[in-house]
Amino acid sequence: MSLVSTLYFGLFYAATLILVIGVAMRIKKYAQTPAPLVIPTMPAPRTEAGVIMRMFREVVFFESLFRANKWTWIFGYLFHFGMVLVLLRHLRYFTEPVWFWVNWVQPFGKYAAFAMLAGLLGLWARRFLVDRVRYISTPSDHLMLALLVGIALSGMGMTFLVHTDVVSLKAFALGLLYLSPQPLPVDLLLLTHLGLVVTLLVVFPISKLLHAPGVFFSPTRNQTDNSRERRHIADWAKELETKQ
Amino acid sequence: MADFDVPELNEYPIVPKLREGAMAHSAPFVAAGKFQGPLGFPGELPDNWKDVAIDKMGELLGKYRSLQVFLDICVHCGACTDKCHYYLGTSDPKNMPVARQDLLRKVYRRYFTFAGKYFPKLVGAVDLTEDVLDEWYTYFHQCSQCRRCSVFCPYGIDTAEISMAAREILDSVGKGQKYCNEILGKVFVIGNNLGLPEPALKNTLEGLEEDIEEETGVKVRLPLDEKGVDILLVTPSADFFAEPHVDGLMGYAKVFHAAGVSWTLSSYASEAGNFGMFIGSYENMRRAAMRIREAAIDLGVKRIVFGECGHAWRIAYSFLDTLIGPFDFLDQNYPIPQHICEFTNNLLKEGKLRMNKAENDHMKLTFHDSCNVARGAGMGQVEGGQFTIPRDLIRASCNYFYDMDQDTILDATFCCGGGGGLLTDDIIELRVKGAQPRMEALKKVTEEHGVTNLAAICAICKSQFAKTLPYYGFTMDQIVSVHQLVSNAIVLKGSEQEAELDGSAEQQGEAETA
Repeated sequence: MSLVSTLYFGLFYAATLILVIGVAMRIKKYAQTPAPLVIPTMPAPRTEAGVIMRMFREVVFFESLFRANKWTWIFGYLFHFGMVLVLLRHLRYFTEPVWFWVNWVQPFGKYAAFAMLAGLLGLWARRFLVDRVRYISTPSDHLMLALLVGIALSGMGMTFLVHTDVVSLKAFALGLLYLSPQPLPVDLLLLTHLGLVVTLLVVFPISKLLHAPGVFFSPTRNQTDNSRERRHIADWAKELETKQ
Repeated sequence: MADFDVPELNEYPIVPKLREGAMAHSAPFVAAGKFQGPLGFPGELPDNWKDVAIDKMGELLGKYRSLQVFLDICVHCGACTDKCHYYLGTSDPKNMPVARQDLLRKVYRRYFTFAGKYFPKLVGAVDLTEDVLDEWYTYFHQCSQCRRCSVFCPYGIDTAEISMAAREILDSVGKGQKYCNEILGKVFVIGNNLGLPEPALKNTLEGLEEDIEEETGVKVRLPLDEKGVDILLVTPSADFFAEPHVDGLMGYAKVFHAAGVSWTLSSYASEAGNFGMFIGSYENMRRAAMRIREAAIDLGVKRIVFGECGHAWRIAYSFLDTLIGPFDFLDQNYPIPQHICEFTNNLLKEGKLRMNKAENDHMKLTFHDSCNVARGAGMGQVEGGQFTIPRDLIRASCNYFYDMDQDTILDATFCCGGGGGLLTDDIIELRVKGAQPRMEALKKVTEEHGVTNLAAICAICKSQFAKTLPYYGFTMDQIVSVHQLVSNAIVLKGSEQEAELDGSAEQQGEAETA
């Protein structure tokens, strides 16, 4: 097996490990940090089921963003749900035989890449064109978009322009799953694509991409409006009571 | 009138272009050492202030999930950038919620994250310096903790949480705000924000009893420190003398009288407002609130009712049980605590209050949803009760009511511009500019429906509007209390108003039969 294949094989394991452990540590931190006061943005649901629905609308429809800014919502939605379809389509490289519904997604997933790219470019344009968004943008905000655009473009290049050796690629991907290294087609677009994906995985737990797991821990969205019915008290706050 | 430009009121809201540094000069007076000590804060910047500040930040990150999560997950999408009334009124980019958060976030990143430690420039991380500290002081005192940004943030990031943390860090290194910390000191010693001692309170309440008797011919009591009564009323101390607050207090008294319940005010817990929240100090917030528990137990009451006060109601509704509960000594058949609007609304629904709306016919009303009631609390055990109940009270008291633009009311309401510990004259420019979005919406209903008055259920809103309305061509008496409207309309048994109404009804009846 070539050096490049071995390198990528190792990189994928390292990146996945960093991603999983990094995100797990972050989630643990969010879960274990107390929320001493009831602070849902009101009016808030008065039942657990209501909170689950609120979170569902937030995560699936970007409800608050829709109220806030229609342009950001459209671009954000195109990007995120384009990416979901694209990712689902990618399951074909990791399943043998390919799950039946992945085949259904395949044609949509292919063209969803355009939605994803359009969304990213729209979001990026806002960072230059809207003075308020330009003001708050840091270099890392731009780099993150560049990274995602790079992934989208290199992927689309292989789908629509210069096809890569999909059969060998799938062997490589399955090899990752079954701990049996297989050679990776040496193809510039593919290596670029995979290299950027590895970067994304590594950056995830130390960047703003933490918004994905983080939103579920946001007290203003995940708390129930029941403060007059049930007493909430954090352990550290309880200690103040015994001090007296 | 002012040594600054009062913002224009446009026909439609305009999001202003950035003007960097537009409000860099605006900071409230710093608390002198003598106001810091009683709250447990150092009187001046200690030598090792940087370590103290970073340690404090670390401590707060471990205590508040909100702070930890919010500092991590912002993606700089910009959804909040045009939502803050202080940004809209001042055009200072650091008054955009995300930019305000970033003042703290950039230091958090530098000291607490991998990216900020090793690639500070990339993620905009900076060292904590005295300049940064000053900038915190300036701009975290340009946030009224109204939570409007949190409504629109896709992750619910609430700048109020960040501002509270920042102020607590500032307090921990001796940079407290004079207005808030001086007031908290008064509460701990005297029992209310205004420093009104028991004899002054007693005197005031007797005067109000006389006023009501003069107006209605009915002896309506405003009891103080009476033991064994049913209800303890906790209300903002501004209700004891400020206009239009005091008219609201007379309204509560009339409602209690009409309901036939026994009640009292407490000189020990003579303040509903709790500035401990503004400075983000759980300990001080709890200490100020504890007086309410002590007074309730001491007076042997069965229920606690809160008067019209926005931040007080957030603490009462959302935090009180946490801070000073459990309330096993109170009557569990009623919400603990209850809002005066809920109390009055229940009586209205039961048909126990007689209202003569014509008494308010000289006014056409609109309602300003106070930020901390709207987005920090609830009412009436139903989602959104905090919006419907006050409006129901106004409609039951007045013939003419018109809401302002939908984008400026309910949970999208604008802060009055004086909330969160900013109701102090040393930052009047900020207060006037921060009122711009509300004034703009008010102007529109004034022109479209001939609205004459703005009703509110918050002591801060009332004081702030009384002060800022004139800057925008209105008059200070255009702000009214909701219970002032109730007070005008309510027809007490045996009152002159009742005699007049029934007398004229009899005459009318006679005329009809003739």
